[in-house]
Amino acid sequence: MRALITGNEAVSTAVRLARVELIAAYPITPQTSISEKLSQYCSEGTLDADFVKVESEHSAMATVIGAASTGVRTFTATSSQGLALMHELLHWSSGARLPIVMANVNRALGAPWNIWGDQSDSLAQRDTGWLQFYCESCQEVLDTTLMAFAVAERVNTPVMVMLDGFILSHTAEPVQIPEPDAVDSLLGGGPSPPALVDPENPRTLHAVTSPDHFMEFKHHQFQAAAGAEKVSVEVAEEFGKIFGRNYPGTEEFMCGDAETILVASGTAAGTVRHVVRKYREQGKKVGMMRVRMFRPYPFDEVRRIVSGAKRVAVLERAISPGSEGTMAQELRSAAYSAGGGPQVYDFVAGLGGRDIVPEDIERMLELVENGADKLQRVNWLGLKE
Amino acid sequence: MDTTVQAAPKPSTPSEYKSGLKPVWCPGCGDFGVLNALSQVYHRLEFDPMNTMLFSGIGCSSRIPGYLKGYGFNGVHGRVLPIATGAKLANPELTVIAAGGDGDGFSIGTGHFPHTCRRNVDITYIVMDNNIYGLTKGQLSPTSPGQMVTTTSSYGSIENPINPIGLAIGCGASFVARSFAGDIKHMVDVICQGIEHKGFSFIQILSPCVTFVGKDQFGIIKNQVRYLNEVEGYDPTDRSHAFQVADETGQISLGVIFQHPFPEYRHGTEIVRQRLIKRGVPEMKDLIAKFRP
Repeated sequence: MRALITGNEAVSTAVRLARVELIAAYPITPQTSISEKLSQYCSEGTLDADFVKVESEHSAMATVIGAASTGVRTFTATSSQGLALMHELLHWSSGARLPIVMANVNRALGAPWNIWGDQSDSLAQRDTGWLQFYCESCQEVLDTTLMAFAVAERVNTPVMVMLDGFILSHTAEPVQIPEPDAVDSLLGGGPSPPALVDPENPRTLHAVTSPDHFMEFKHHQFQAAAGAEKVSVEVAEEFGKIFGRNYPGTEEFMCGDAETILVASGTAAGTVRHVVRKYREQGKKVGMMRVRMFRPYPFDEVRRIVSGAKRVAVLERAISPGSEGTMAQELRSAAYSAGGGPQVYDFVAGLGGRDIVPEDIERMLELVENGADKLQRVNWLGLKE
Repeated sequence: MDTTVQAAPKPSTPSEYKSGLKPVWCPGCGDFGVLNALSQVYHRLEFDPMNTMLFSGIGCSSRIPGYLKGYGFNGVHGRVLPIATGAKLANPELTVIAAGGDGDGFSIGTGHFPHTCRRNVDITYIVMDNNIYGLTKGQLSPTSPGQMVTTTSSYGSIENPINPIGLAIGCGASFVARSFAGDIKHMVDVICQGIEHKGFSFIQILSPCVTFVGKDQFGIIKNQVRYLNEVEGYDPTDRSHAFQVADETGQISLGVIFQHPFPEYRHGTEIVRQRLIKRGVPEMKDLIAKFRP
């Protein structure tokens, strides 16, 4: 069945199809309509789940941690300040190895207040142990949310699915809605008991762990997150076989012979793709790499894609004050780890919901190809000064 | 060159205390009444905008600092009380007012409320209670009545609402009052009393959301109102009387519900400071000598 739905409705639909059993959420723009829809499904009986409208995002994450610890499938959704408020429990849930799935509708962080989209909220959570996937279309949001449950439950690690605030969360697109039976065949019968839980042998979870053992816990967690790349690829392949839609961890668009590769994530990738197509028609060797899987970071895959290019320009919708853009840091780490590698340039654009327009991308291309000597470590696009 | 900073002249009418920004509230919102009342309070108490600071959190009502002259601080959701506490402790000369809604104060920010009550810092906290999340367009709030159908309780709320008045009294607040956005004169009187009270003053103002709760709210509240200063024998220094008002059903009591001269927080810090001065700060060599065998 095809339906015209928004990015937020795509999330709620996936959560319904995944037969989630407990949802805890707190309203925050632009996430709110995800939880509203889920509340409606629970009230209509189209989703047999407990829906709890808790008193804060911190409580939302705590509630799903408690529920996931009993072995049920759980979900929550948030944005921006709400995600920041959850920070303490993001570490906790990944350390506890709970397969929680969360949608984060990307929105800028204050001060000053702003409700529009950028990716600084979720990129700031990169070290929390959560896996992160960034989506470009409403269809991809629905499909990635479904795959998130499969990945989370196979590696006992929580997964965050990102969609750009308003640009995707509130924009309706035609979306293929999967059949429930097909979703059941991907997700099976629900999560297995969480790591460390043995129903035959009750014990206390997460008690204080001395320096003699703490590192081993963290090593297990670290390996699971690294191994999640292979599992995510396997899940995407299974998904492709069932539904006919394929999602690589990193999308390559005309990168094969490209001398300049533009790197983007989220909806900005659509604008970049448009510009790349236009330049290709003019015979320019330009390509785009879209970061879909950000945690685990696919180092080998990224290195393979960019290693043939002369230069890489990273389009960031976030900043790391005192350093450079987060995406550029990660990319440099992948591109240079084997020595050599292309020249990497970093561009910041679209903070707090400012539009990223084709002219910004064209300017970026012009600068890296003909004005690289004028570029700084981080370059701001479309700044009013 | 003369570098003396010229203070803006003090406003001379209530409307001059308004900033001139057009409020982003729905027509008919109770918060307009609260804004009018506050501008009259500022005028009656002859506030100097340079020494007045209005803090808020997040929500429709938390927009209010931008609409009044003086310093404003639009803070993080639910954290208005600790932010206001910090400012008041650092600058005791400042008149500090905190404002917000029921979602900000009794949901995400509830954890700060009991501690601000018992700490008794000289702040006036105005909660514009509309029983709903208005800014995010109509979700269940902690003061939404049971069975209320909202966008996050399509099934009808299955939770009991929080009782802000009972909570404040129970947590040791030294001034607890209630007013109604439909009665500006009463709001002005009660807010002035709250500001003049030395210590933490909590004022719940019933401020209807005409968009997501209903246009009938003003009438529903008005029909149940009684004024405590007209109730014979009501003693606002008696906690048991105050708890009876907190628990009442079928009527809505307005006015000062509870007031007690608990010492303000600074009283405690001053005692500690005086004790230190009296004892003196020991010399380092004397301290070391004390620990020598």
